[in-house]
Amino acid sequence: MSSATATMEPRAYHLPEEPHLHEGHSTNLGFWMYLMSDCLIFAILFATYAVLGGSYAGGPGPKDLFDLPLIALNTAMLLFSSITYGFAMLAMEKNRVSATQGWLFVTLLFGGAFLFIELYEFSHLIHEGAGPQRSAFLSSFFTLVGTHGLHVTFGSIWLITLMVQVAKKGLIPANRRRLMCLSMFWHFLDVIWIGVFTFVYLMGVLR
Amino acid sequence: MSDAVHTHGHDHTQDHHDEGSHGSFGSYMIGFGLSVILTAIPFWLVMSGVLNDPQLTGVVIMGFAAVQVVVHMIYFLHMNTRVEGGWSFMAMMLTIVLVVIVLSGSLWVMYHLNNNMMPHADMSAMQHMSEMP
Repeated sequence: MSSATATMEPRAYHLPEEPHLHEGHSTNLGFWMYLMSDCLIFAILFATYAVLGGSYAGGPGPKDLFDLPLIALNTAMLLFSSITYGFAMLAMEKNRVSATQGWLFVTLLFGGAFLFIELYEFSHLIHEGAGPQRSAFLSSFFTLVGTHGLHVTFGSIWLITLMVQVAKKGLIPANRRRLMCLSMFWHFLDVIWIGVFTFVYLMGVLR
Repeated sequence: MSDAVHTHGHDHTQDHHDEGSHGSFGSYMIGFGLSVILTAIPFWLVMSGVLNDPQLTGVVIMGFAAVQVVVHMIYFLHMNTRVEGGWSFMAMMLTIVLVVIVLSGSLWVMYHLNNNMMPHADMSAMQHMSEMP
């Protein structure tokens, strides 16, 4: 460094004062970014299914395998769980801890029912010899629907965790933020399911 | 404990002024009602086969799915162009563009690939080719 620069005022490459941002101010946006990247994972799985969905390898096709009344029931379970989670959020806004917990529990029951029906469907398919190794169609089907089911499973574990958190600490800002994130996650999974039941099940039976 | 909850509740309502609303009972019920209708109609169309045309039914149920996705986005995920200063909306638009590219691109490329493999895989296509001058 020459003496000329030393006499100049030191250059600041940072803000003189850190902007005052409260904790978790950007959590919603960050979580939304995560959901969008998760959406891309599902887009790839949907594209894979779209490409491979017609390759039955001489095995059973969607018409032989899919039981639409069961899928309708499953869809209803997920839709009910979406609205009950909405009620939990409304109860949270009003600071009603027990109502929030109650609606979260109802959501968990519907989510559990969805998973139970999906596992029943999967075990039924595998018993019929239509497991993921049967054909490219079934491989891509199990990957797509299974990934969605895995998301619901982890969402349910997250839901139980948050119920414990709320029971222990109440509706503190951190718990509200977490419930908000899970709300986005849960509704997002319902949006993905719209694609699954339309594109995989209904279109499959039409094919 | 209720005291603590109340003070935090005050903080919370302040936090959320710049994040948009989280909907009301009414908006959740509108969203729920619409999604029940938009789910029931496609299932009914496919299960009863009233349209008598699989292709038309397919297009119609895809339309219903697209509308239902928008309904969920607005009434359940509270998406609009103002949340987080519009950044959520921008991220969503980028995702939609990418999803469309991935889906249509995969189908387009693989359709052509399948067509090019046709003489090997499909005997009727081979016959058709031998009939050509």
